[in-house]
Amino acid sequence: MTTAAQEWSSPPVDRVMVEARAAALGCRSIKTDAKRVGLGLAISMMDLTTLEGADTQGKVLALCRKAIQPDVRRPSVGPVAAVCVYPSLVRVARAALAGSPVRVASVATAFPSGQSALEVKLEDTRRAVGDGAHEIDMVIDRGAFLSGELGRVADEIAQVKTVCGAAHLKVILETGELGSYDNIRRASDLAIAAGADFIKTSTGKIEPAATPASTLVMLEAIRDHFFRTGIRIGMKPAGGVRTSKQALHYLVLVKETLGDDWLTPELFRIGASTLLNDVLMQLAKLEGGAYEAAEYFTRD
Amino acid sequence: MTDGTAGNGVAERPMRLSVKKTWKMYIGGAFVRSESGHTLTTGAEAGGAAATGAQSQEVICRGSRKDVRDAVKAALGAQPSWRGKSAYLRGQILYRLAEVMESRREELEERLLRGGAEAKAATREVDTAIDRVVTFAGWSDKYQSLLASSNPVVGPHFGFSVPEPVGVVGIVAPSRPSLLGLVGAVCPVVVSGNTAVVLVSEADPITALTLAECFATSDFPGGVVNLLTGLGAELIEPLVRHKGVRALDLWGVEDERARQLEAFAADSVKRVTRRIYEEIDWYDAAASGLGFIEPFLETKTVWHPMGV
Repeated sequence: MTTAAQEWSSPPVDRVMVEARAAALGCRSIKTDAKRVGLGLAISMMDLTTLEGADTQGKVLALCRKAIQPDVRRPSVGPVAAVCVYPSLVRVARAALAGSPVRVASVATAFPSGQSALEVKLEDTRRAVGDGAHEIDMVIDRGAFLSGELGRVADEIAQVKTVCGAAHLKVILETGELGSYDNIRRASDLAIAAGADFIKTSTGKIEPAATPASTLVMLEAIRDHFFRTGIRIGMKPAGGVRTSKQALHYLVLVKETLGDDWLTPELFRIGASTLLNDVLMQLAKLEGGAYEAAEYFTRD
Repeated sequence: MTDGTAGNGVAERPMRLSVKKTWKMYIGGAFVRSESGHTLTTGAEAGGAAATGAQSQEVICRGSRKDVRDAVKAALGAQPSWRGKSAYLRGQILYRLAEVMESRREELEERLLRGGAEAKAATREVDTAIDRVVTFAGWSDKYQSLLASSNPVVGPHFGFSVPEPVGVVGIVAPSRPSLLGLVGAVCPVVVSGNTAVVLVSEADPITALTLAECFATSDFPGGVVNLLTGLGAELIEPLVRHKGVRALDLWGVEDERARQLEAFAADSVKRVTRRIYEEIDWYDAAASGLGFIEPFLETKTVWHPMGV
């Protein structure tokens, strides 16, 4: 199980080209019907997230209602893929989402820093799974990664994966703290090899969070892994995705790098909190013709 | 001439490339081109300058509905902080606009002359426009006293009614007088804490854009006043239908069109003020009165128990 001794030889990343390609894929004009379909897809792939120190049961309940039916005036819209909360609120979310297709995701392993003892991280995960989380969003220990202790990072991921059992494991790399695209690629390969079901860009607590370029690097790691093994790993950009235009940009990146197979909530998610209202406003604009204002939508 | 002077002793200006100004729109405190990349030539499609005898044609931005959206977004963003500033400070900022206009009055006069005005009339219009800004600056901490009330209520309560700004106001600016009309329409809207998205007159957009430079160099925070150029026929509808706009000030929109726009405005319960600029005596003191401020205020009434 442990991969400590493994040599990590990830391919180098061409910074200029990856940024140019990621930017170029954001220049497509996606209008009317394609936009409507794309936005619907984005909603179905959304992990509606609340990760604040001030989160309450009430806030999570409201978020769960919104996850099931994002816009009361347009019942056909939604539901989203999952609700993502802190471990202490997993039970609340599970109860609120009972009978709906919406999954419960929980962050774990000393989110957001990952700076804690392994036993604490494993217990954190165990409890979240025990409380009913379908998906675990773990953070890697960036300090260990940057000190070159790749084996330790891989080992932690593998152990958390074991504790997860049937729950899906998303591994947060926190790309904003990794320093280079080479490191992002190396961390992606490492997380995939250690057992991640999904790799995820960011916690949302660090700037920069998800960027198109860092997402593209991770998508390429997933693609290369698929070519080698035939196994499909999922991808989740999170943090900083606030507008419909950005969401569509990420969908284009996925389609152009991995193809249509990945355009499903099983393999692609967008972690966001404010994005949903913007998508709802865009859908309303497509339908009604008038530009919308925030006050016509529920405030989270 | 070996000494570099012409025969009359005046220094010859060295040959240089002409520096032509790009007339951009004013959105969110920045001068921007249209998102669409489209332009208009004044006196051609815009049908303005040629009609009024202007000598030169200028290229202006042909604003698109997305520019309208961007401008409303900027105005919405500027709203909370602008309405939160003290009335005194808003008055100071308006007065600063008058100062800046005064220092650029020659340019403003020249714009009016190019637009076909006579010298005396141009001077008078600039004088009055600057005075109008000063007058509305003065109104900033006074209109409240005239419009607020302590209401006679039955019971152990006080009842107060106070005027508050409505929010983002969409203005279809008067075509004439091109400077005074614009100043006289925008100042009473923003003095109370509203922010404005203005479709400037198609007849003389250059004067409006010169005034935009005055807004930009006075102390107005970005987004409080946004000026869009282009074709009214394309821009009015997205502005009127935008749900972030809380009130409309429509100058010189003919009856049939206005009925249609009012129906659109009703969708998001906007208040609509419709006036005919030809019927206003812009040089009269009445045009700087409370009646220009009041339509863009809403009244908040508060009940307060006595003895608390």
